[in-house]
Amino acid sequence: MSILPPDMDESAFAAFLNDLRGAVGEDWVWSSDTDMFPYRDAFSPVWNTPEEIQASSAVAPADVAQVQEVVRIAKRHRVPLHPISTGKNFGYGGASPNVQGSAVLDLKRMDRVIEVNEERNYCLVEPGVSYFDLYRHIQERGLKVMIDCPDPGWGSPVGNALDRGVGYTMPQFRDHFGAHCGMEVVLPDGELMRTGMGAMPGADSWQEYPYGFGPDPSGLFAQGNFGVVTKMGFRLMPQPEYYRTGLVRVPRRRDLIKLVHHVNYLSDSGMVSEVRFASPLSALLGDPDFAALATKLGGPSDAEMDAAASAAGLHSWAIDLQFLGPEAATAAQWEYARDRILSDIPGAEALDGDHFALPATEAQLENDTQPYPTAIRRKGALGIPSLGIWEIVRDDGHVGFFPVLPRDGEAVFEMQRVLGDASREYPLPPYFSAVTAPLFWHSNTFQMVFAPSIRRDDPEHNAMVHRAMKHMVAVAAEHGWGDYRAAPIYQDDVAATYSFNGGALRKFLEAMKDAVDPDGIIAPGRGGVWPARFRP
Amino acid sequence: MKVLFASVLLGAALSLSVAAQSEDPQVAHGRQVFERQCAPCHGRGPGDDRSPMLPGTAALAEKYDGARPAALEDRSDLSAPVITLFVRRGSGAMPFFRASELSDADIAAIAAYLQTSSAD
Repeated sequence: MSILPPDMDESAFAAFLNDLRGAVGEDWVWSSDTDMFPYRDAFSPVWNTPEEIQASSAVAPADVAQVQEVVRIAKRHRVPLHPISTGKNFGYGGASPNVQGSAVLDLKRMDRVIEVNEERNYCLVEPGVSYFDLYRHIQERGLKVMIDCPDPGWGSPVGNALDRGVGYTMPQFRDHFGAHCGMEVVLPDGELMRTGMGAMPGADSWQEYPYGFGPDPSGLFAQGNFGVVTKMGFRLMPQPEYYRTGLVRVPRRRDLIKLVHHVNYLSDSGMVSEVRFASPLSALLGDPDFAALATKLGGPSDAEMDAAASAAGLHSWAIDLQFLGPEAATAAQWEYARDRILSDIPGAEALDGDHFALPATEAQLENDTQPYPTAIRRKGALGIPSLGIWEIVRDDGHVGFFPVLPRDGEAVFEMQRVLGDASREYPLPPYFSAVTAPLFWHSNTFQMVFAPSIRRDDPEHNAMVHRAMKHMVAVAAEHGWGDYRAAPIYQDDVAATYSFNGGALRKFLEAMKDAVDPDGIIAPGRGGVWPARFRP
Repeated sequence: MKVLFASVLLGAALSLSVAAQSEDPQVAHGRQVFERQCAPCHGRGPGDDRSPMLPGTAALAEKYDGARPAALEDRSDLSAPVITLFVRRGSGAMPFFRASELSDADIAAIAAYLQTSSAD
């Protein structure tokens, strides 16, 4: 049973596909059920239900001129396009669109690493380039720059940044959209635009000064639908000379308050790479009595948690610190961080970790020389793409809700309690408990994770997960905690929570959408931004 | 001794070069595609951070429990149609691969490569 684009019959669809084939060639347009199966969301909780949104067709242009032509054809036929880069946005919708019957604009064939500059520390890439590709390009040429990559290396720097993905190195690089510098975009009428210094003919600073002059529209293309990004620049860290780790542990539950303040200072001063928070008490969750305490309705008291820690001989919290830079600088930074925290928090203790010159040896990459258990994934910490993280994927995949919360210990305690209570009614692992630590992925904020698995052959389980996701988004919003990224099936729910002053932000974006893309061609609904044609 | 050592090295380099030159082009292509697209999850090596196996290899080790090799490069029973089924339809946590990223010709080349790798 073929899926048709909205407001289109079989013969009009055939004419659309024929025009696409004329633009990109017979081999690069697909519409059969067999060919379209891989464009479904492999991690969908609404798999095989009426809520699942599927594309009608896919087209893979080879270059920018073909992208422009595809956009013009889509506009002429009024068919929504859903652009993807490498199509690996698992947990956030994969390659699936927001509107049933959309044509996927598959940019995988545009896979050129256009430039890596090791003197000025940037790269310029096309959307089909993966982190694996970019890393290989750099290694094969012996270039002295380090990339920042998310967990699975098959994703696209362009696609990941446009969905505001994150990595695991220094703050100015691990916010991938924040680290971008310069874009080229095909607009909804097929026109080609460059942002920042790229707008100035002859400028050689496109990847060095992102703003150019006047308003900078680059934010409209992240989680947005105002154009198709065909090139994107990124700032890169010069290959650091040395890597060092250290662990700090604090005894009491409320020590987290001061610990967070110290981490904020160290991070915002540019002294540390990503910091991993953890609670050593997590090791006790297998004990039913402790698990009941940590997930107690309304949350346990500080005294109860401190007593449990004391009885087990464990610390309440720990931070894994990482340092990148010259050897002497990393040693001084670790010494400073250790002294700063230990002199302020009674009972805190520090452990020296691993340290070695970069690039790391194979043995160092295997991460078996760390003198204590660590949550740090060594390859990610050093900007080396991998698929090793896939070992955490359970069942047939998962969805993800990652609420943003302030970098404040009290806020951590509140989210543990509120979302812990809210999630108790679902038969899922305890994503929120009194030992849940914050994630410090984005450079200036914390997040927590709710990522229940899905099972393609278990609709009841999936329906429960789907209900839980919507419930958690709603409860979190009541406390001012919003999701940072969502699959198409949740984007309206999440966008609705950003509702200040009657949803002024969404109204502004939709007014612009109507002006720039009156036919609603580019990814209608993405980011919760709907063109008039599809607005309810 | 130095001369002998150099001769051995030269001989090894020449035999590698001859092997590379004589490799069937489809097998060579399959090797490259496998290394880039499959090996990060299904390779023979260890996983990250002290995991004994990569995730795909570990999943197959659990599934087959010794009845079949866990690493795909040790399998001689994977024809192009079988690989196509798993690549295009996925399996468990393994998602689907589109023709834009892995063509039918790429899959046939992977099958040809696995025939040679499993014989090594």
